[in-house]
Amino acid sequence: METPVLIEIKNLKTHFFLDEGTVQAVNGVDFTIHQHKTLCVVGESGCGKSVTARSILQIVDQPGRIVEGEILYHRPDRLTGIGSSGTTPNGNGADGSSTTEIIDLAALNPRGRQIREIRGQDISMIFQEPMTSLSPIHTVGNQITEAIKLHTDMLDEEADEHAIELLRRVGIPRPEERLGTYPFELSGGMRQRVMIAMALSCNPALLIADEPTTAVDVTTQAQILELLEELQDEFGMAIMLITHDLGVVAEMADDVVVMYLGQVAERGDVDSIFHDPKHPYTQSLLKSIPRLGISRTLQRLDSIRGMVPDPYNRPTGCMFGPRCDHFMPGRCDAINPPAIQLGDGREVHCLLYEEE
Amino acid sequence: MSAQQTNGSQQSTSANGSAAADNVLLDVKNLQKWFPITAGFFRRTVGHVKAVDDISFHVLQGETVGLVGESGCGKTTAGRCILRAYDLTGGQVLFQDHDGKMVDLGPLTNNEMKPYRQQVRMIFQDPFNSLNPRMPVIDIVGDPLRINSVASGQELEDRVASLLARVGLRPEYMRRYPHAFSGGERQRIGIARALSLDPRLVVADEAVSALDVSVRAQILNLIKDLQEEFNLTYLFVSHDLSVIEYICDRVVVMYVGKIVEVAETEELFEQPFHPYTEALLSAVPNPDPRMRQQKARIVLEGDVADPANPPSGCYFHPRCRYVQDQCSHETPELREVAPGHFAACHFAEELTLTGVTASGELG
Ligand SMILES: Nc1ncnc2c1ncn2[C@@H]1O[C@H](COP(=O)(O)OP(=O)(O)O)[C@@H](O)[C@H]1O
Ligand SMILES: Nc1ncnc2c1ncn2[C@@H]1O[C@H](COP(=O)(O)OP(=O)(O)O)[C@@H](O)[C@H]1O
Ligand code: SF4
Ligand SMILES: [Mg+2]
Ligand SMILES: [Mg+2]
Repeated sequence: METPVLIEIKNLKTHFFLDEGTVQAVNGVDFTIHQHKTLCVVGESGCGKSVTARSILQIVDQPGRIVEGEILYHRPDRLTGIGSSGTTPNGNGADGSSTTEIIDLAALNPRGRQIREIRGQDISMIFQEPMTSLSPIHTVGNQITEAIKLHTDMLDEEADEHAIELLRRVGIPRPEERLGTYPFELSGGMRQRVMIAMALSCNPALLIADEPTTAVDVTTQAQILELLEELQDEFGMAIMLITHDLGVVAEMADDVVVMYLGQVAERGDVDSIFHDPKHPYTQSLLKSIPRLGISRTLQRLDSIRGMVPDPYNRPTGCMFGPRCDHFMPGRCDAINPPAIQLGDGREVHCLLYEEE
Repeated sequence: MSAQQTNGSQQSTSANGSAAADNVLLDVKNLQKWFPITAGFFRRTVGHVKAVDDISFHVLQGETVGLVGESGCGKTTAGRCILRAYDLTGGQVLFQDHDGKMVDLGPLTNNEMKPYRQQVRMIFQDPFNSLNPRMPVIDIVGDPLRINSVASGQELEDRVASLLARVGLRPEYMRRYPHAFSGGERQRIGIARALSLDPRLVVADEAVSALDVSVRAQILNLIKDLQEEFNLTYLFVSHDLSVIEYICDRVVVMYVGKIVEVAETEELFEQPFHPYTEALLSAVPNPDPRMRQQKARIVLEGDVADPANPPSGCYFHPRCRYVQDQCSHETPELREVAPGHFAACHFAEELTLTGVTASGELG
């Protein structure tokens, strides 16, 4: 079932300007996140997943910046006017209830008031390492209540109660007692939960989760993924889940974006991506993973030859060309494949699908 | 299904099995490694982290045995004891000498260990921190040869070149430093180094865990190929069950310093006898979205128990979905529950646990 668009990314380019040269970390990315849905962004390390996510929140590290493109945030009406900003809706309807404010996040000043309001309140983010977003010197309780007070009109006691409720909701036993503990006193899995509680404290429209389970055991991963699913049912937020694990994608995603070297290889609904992958990269990637139950019967795993090129030596033409089994000399090394629409929301960047 | 079982790999493992008695390369007996916990000004010992607590298993010549479990279960500690990077708290690490005698590496001094350090080598997890950044590849791979006076000069260079070629690296690059290589390439360098002295046993600790999917498949295939070529025996430590399933003949499952289950790979995955193994298998995400509904995922509650202060009885009982009264006060022994299949659960025979069938379905 289609839900309204929440985020529309158009031709996003985020580059890093270093002495050694320019890293085109994100180089012309398009995709859409729908309300209440889970979009998984998958790809090998260095392909630009985190930089894409950080671009949405305008928290790209120096010396990087968004150089082109739009990130259109279709702000749900319930969030419009919260806080003190007085932003004017620039949507097209005059009727308050149906109007959706559209904000181009890419055009906002990274240090300005509007994006700071959106961070945490509309869109929040969790990381692989919980300590990136938790302060080591403040108690768990302090950090959550601060976040709540910053973005809502709740006062001390009410904020405390809300914090306890959230901690309970993310599965922390005896939450009243945990308010006074410091993050380092908690196990990795518990810290992850605290971070999630904090991220949800303002009931955001989008939760960006950047490899939230990469550093934990499969057992803890299963707990965290299940928790995210439950919380989505309950709070209704959209989730942008970044991962390099195709198993996680298969379990969580509604829609999938496959990235390679700063670009989208293909995107579509999860079933099509796994059962009818179009891009040679997606096809090879799916063949190269050991699958539980099947891998013991295999003599060898299929693998993709070579490796991801380093960012200063990007190939000409198709980024995947040098590793591709379908490489067409004279074409694939000359033309950077444009987006080709295949219908049903599927899009592939590969010259094999170009109409003559 | 049963047609699948009568393929070549099944035959080769049973051949291994029948030759078991005289073909044991490594025999770990009652191995213990406790780390003292000290407190106060006098650094009094107030307790112990029982990282490895009385484990026994063996590895046959030419076999790949997997060591699997959540982090903190003692896998790395067990591996390091076998390499004698640690002194043992108790037990034996019996290793088959060149002349077929079993030698206990446990009590050997550093000097006495020397010849065995050539025969037992290690591949590390982290291809970024395990290579000396100030050494060129020729030294990283060649130093073991030089130090052990195996080769020098042109001969050393030739051997390094052929090793590099064998692990899929260009010998021309041997004067480069680690930073000039990608993660997968560094792991190849680490493998070349481990193989430079013609080892007989290689302990690989999370050797592919830090690698990207496409590179991981390459390295796993390489590890398999090298085994055939050099007649290697592997102890393959990993927390990743799908990797274990691909590479291992037999699997040892650890939980909080103890072994809870041992079986041939196919057996273990198809018919686990310990609830912990079942839960681990169930937690692995299936890379097929159509399996979502079919899967009744078992979500283990809580974290791995603290090895300094393990629960009473069966260490797994606070997280076990089949727990009974007996479990909290009686420690289950590791016992043979089916031919060649060992499990430490009071109810191993009564429970019908779910594994993964060869089609990838849970059944
Ligand atoms: N702070 C930075 N400075 C320079 N380059 C960066 C920085 N952050 C990321 N990059 C580069 O941008 C590219 C994409 O990185 P990233 O988005 O972190 O990849 P992923 O999250 O997919 O692993 C990589 O080549 C990376 O080296
Ligand atoms: N050098 C050490 N000193 C004290 N405790 C240790 C040491 N090394 C490991 N441990 C503890 O021993 C237990 C087992 O650790 P480890 O062998 O690294 O497990 P695994 O490799 O299965 O993750 C853990 O509780 C860990 O904290
Ligand atoms: S002994 Fe009891 S607690 Fe332990 S695994 Fe078996 S059923 Fe579970
Ligand atoms: Mg990243
Ligand atoms: Mg370890």
